[in-house]
Amino acid sequence: MVILVQFAIGLIFGVGLIVSGMSNPAKVLNFLDIGGIPAGTWDASLAFVMAGAVAVTFIGFSRVLKLARPFFADRFYLPTRRDIDPRIVAGPAIFGVGWGLVGFCPGPALTALGFGSLSAVIFVAAMCGGMVLARFIAHLPPVSRFVTPADPLET
Amino acid sequence: MIATPFTPLASLLGGAMIGLAAVLLMWATGRIAGVSGIAARLFPPYEDREFAGRLAFVAGLVAAPVLVRLVTGDLPAQTIAAGPAVLILGGLLTGFGSVWGSGCTSGHGVCGLSRLSVRSLVATMTFMAAGMATVFVMRHWS
Repeated sequence: MVILVQFAIGLIFGVGLIVSGMSNPAKVLNFLDIGGIPAGTWDASLAFVMAGAVAVTFIGFSRVLKLARPFFADRFYLPTRRDIDPRIVAGPAIFGVGWGLVGFCPGPALTALGFGSLSAVIFVAAMCGGMVLARFIAHLPPVSRFVTPADPLET
Repeated sequence: MIATPFTPLASLLGGAMIGLAAVLLMWATGRIAGVSGIAARLFPPYEDREFAGRLAFVAGLVAAPVLVRLVTGDLPAQTIAAGPAVLILGGLLTGFGSVWGSGCTSGHGVCGLSRLSVRSLVATMTFMAAGMATVFVMRHWS
């Protein structure tokens, strides 16, 4: 049941991406193109996507998070970190360059697979490669310049 | 570049649907609707037992155009101008960066901002600025 519900939620999300225009990379790039403002080619639509999404989520979250627990789970899983570390800037900076190169962020890229375009398949395959690489590096043991020798006499 | 029409009403409506999906996922599973996090956790290492649910969510995303085509008989324009090399580079950077920064447009930009998270605000401003700078260089520096 919960699996079916998550499929339906993904479907609503995806239809929202299509209706809003986020699934069209040309529209995304025209929004990011602030150099197009003087020429009149700037497409401000995506600011409205953000406004609509944040307005509904802000009100919805404040109500849902007052519930004792989620409908299909025993607790809410919310990020609790508040520190600004290098990764919270470096990661989005890298992601932003990829977003600006093609016009796809992860959600619309996945939805684009259903449009049946080969370009989307290539992008998503590379995107998954990047995700796996990032998780692999994040899970590596910490690197230290100083290691205790296995045999003390070695020194 | 291809000119695209300004669509404030459709974009507001579509955005509201994205927000509705984020609220429903929080209500149902208690989890953030962050697409990069959900997609990345389809690959090992597996830290919990939510694989099937995540796969179903992603399947819903992929099936959305099929549903739209069934209902309306057509799909809106989708123009991907990038060639294979740029697609691969852009995909790698998007995948790596969104996981390295703990989220993308949905996780930070929608859910994080709605929770008034300072980390998400920093992340959102950073990927917006990086995206704008990249498009500026690509379109106006050549």
